[in-house]
Amino acid sequence: MENVLSVKRLHKKIRGKTIIHDVSFEVQAGEIFGFLGPNGSGKTTTIRMLVDLIKPTSGEVRICGYHVQKEPEKALRHVGCIVENPEVYSYLTGWENLDHFARMLDGVGVPRIQEVVRTVKLEERIHDKVRTYSLGMRQRLGIAQALLGKPKLLILDEPTNGLDPKGIKELREFVKMLSSEGLSVLISSHLLSEIQLLCDRVAIINGGRILTEGKVDDLVKQAKGYVIWQLDKTLQGREALQKDLNIEIIDADALRHGESLKAGMPDAIITSMQSAHIPETVERLVMQQIGVVSVYQAAPTLEELFLSMTEEEQLA
Amino acid sequence: MPKIIPLIENETLKIWKKRRFFVIVLILLALIPIFTYAELKVAKNNAAKFKDWRNQVMQQITDFQNTLSSDRVPEEWKRSRRVAVQQLQYYLDHDVNPSAPNGVTFTRSFLDNAVSLFIPLLVLALGSDIVSGERTTGTIKMLLTRPVKRSKVLFSKLCALTMYVSLTVAVTVLLCYAIAGLFFGYSGWGMPVFTGFQVTGSVVDSSRAHAIPQWLYLMMQAGLTWYSAMIVALLAFMVSVLIRSTAASMMTMMAAVIAGTILSGMSSSWTSAKYLFAVNLKLTGYLDGSPPPIDGMSLPFSLTILAIWGICALVVSFGVFTKQDILN
Repeated sequence: MENVLSVKRLHKKIRGKTIIHDVSFEVQAGEIFGFLGPNGSGKTTTIRMLVDLIKPTSGEVRICGYHVQKEPEKALRHVGCIVENPEVYSYLTGWENLDHFARMLDGVGVPRIQEVVRTVKLEERIHDKVRTYSLGMRQRLGIAQALLGKPKLLILDEPTNGLDPKGIKELREFVKMLSSEGLSVLISSHLLSEIQLLCDRVAIINGGRILTEGKVDDLVKQAKGYVIWQLDKTLQGREALQKDLNIEIIDADALRHGESLKAGMPDAIITSMQSAHIPETVERLVMQQIGVVSVYQAAPTLEELFLSMTEEEQLA
Repeated sequence: MPKIIPLIENETLKIWKKRRFFVIVLILLALIPIFTYAELKVAKNNAAKFKDWRNQVMQQITDFQNTLSSDRVPEEWKRSRRVAVQQLQYYLDHDVNPSAPNGVTFTRSFLDNAVSLFIPLLVLALGSDIVSGERTTGTIKMLLTRPVKRSKVLFSKLCALTMYVSLTVAVTVLLCYAIAGLFFGYSGWGMPVFTGFQVTGSVVDSSRAHAIPQWLYLMMQAGLTWYSAMIVALLAFMVSVLIRSTAASMMTMMAAVIAGTILSGMSSSWTSAKYLFAVNLKLTGYLDGSPPPIDGMSLPFSLTILAIWGICALVVSFGVFTKQDILN
């Protein structure tokens, strides 16, 4: 398959400190690629290097075959991007903003502007000043701007930041729609669930290094999920669970997010186990006259994924 | 690759929509009538006291000469008074009223006073946020990720700034004339004005002094005003590239301009101050023969120094802007 974006051995040193170490990955035509990492992991710095806002210390970025650092004008013609927040001119109207960015591209006229306005569903407010827009509307205007030049690659940096659940859902559907039309999308996020719902493949970055790259589903399988039990007789229940060799009981204090897993359930027992084993465990507990108040499966989070990944690294 | 004209259109539109120019016109509309009114009061006063303008000029000369004999007047002041006395005498000898109240004369004296501080401040309002404003709001990221060379983006901003600076000088002249004309009449274009005085120390050499019509004088003044305004604009442009915050870049330039005004007022014995840009801004002073702030300065000298400052500012602006990492 054709590579729309290829990043090879990217390094960036700022004031003597290397903040990006040897980052390489590829985005193929038509796929949604997730760029996953906690805040401060180097996601935004990497993205800035992709679009020529920052010059890499070494390594190369190619977009549609064009070297971004050597031929930025040719490479950037195929990219639409929003770096961090959708920053547009608040003293102009939405239309004036699009008109402004259209003038920076060849062959983008009024019909194309009207088209992108329809695509992002901003027809009603497009002639209002941007300062009256909500964040969601600004986000859509930013995407409209990015789409003006009919790019092959769309880069969205933390696009769901600050959006409400409805806005996030809309954005998700919108990105899927664009991708189905053949556009490649690179999305960065610090939320695994976000990436899981959207992306085909993902690269995980931490501390300026790519930890792993691969299919989202494969990666999620690597991470252990948790099963949280709430029982009416906590002490007896704990003993009963401990006896089962297939169940590992986990100390909530040892987990960085143990607090949030146990939110509202101070007596809950956090375990690590196969989900297939849950029904017979419930049965066994009931036989021992221990009432099961609730069983809850917590999806693996980015944190667990990191933990399992760093564990692997240490072993290797 | 898009052509440069649409980019200039963009930048011009942004400055216009930010209403910067609108504010400048408002300031002019508020200030000029105030000065006009003050000038009108002076003119009425003089008209009541002196039947003939010659008496008024003679009185002025006597006043100046009196201050010259006083010990308490600082030497710097005396120097400029001595020069003024000789020039007034020259006007008197040639039977020309140096301050006949009319729209054109008012415009001329307004420009004289505005060139070193007022016009530069207006220009700063236009130029200080031209790049830093985009960084403060983050829109620079949108601007620089488009398939356009960074140098082209900066050049388009420079063109837009040049246009607005030119417009500011033109509007200042036009508004002055229009408003002052209401009170003093719109005549005075053909009135003779003397130029070409050579000032060395406190001696005025009037051998090369000659009369030119006031319209020509005003045109020359406007040209020189434009020149110094452009240099201030270029420096503001550079500072705006170097400093991310709009407020800080505006303050830096204001401090520099005001410091220059203060320095030239001190007529200092620190002669190397003449290489500072802000001391050289009052180019129109060379036209009417007022003594330069520091000995050894002349019109060609000031033009050259300002040009050097302007070119350096451009080199730094383009050098930094095309290379720098956009980190915020």
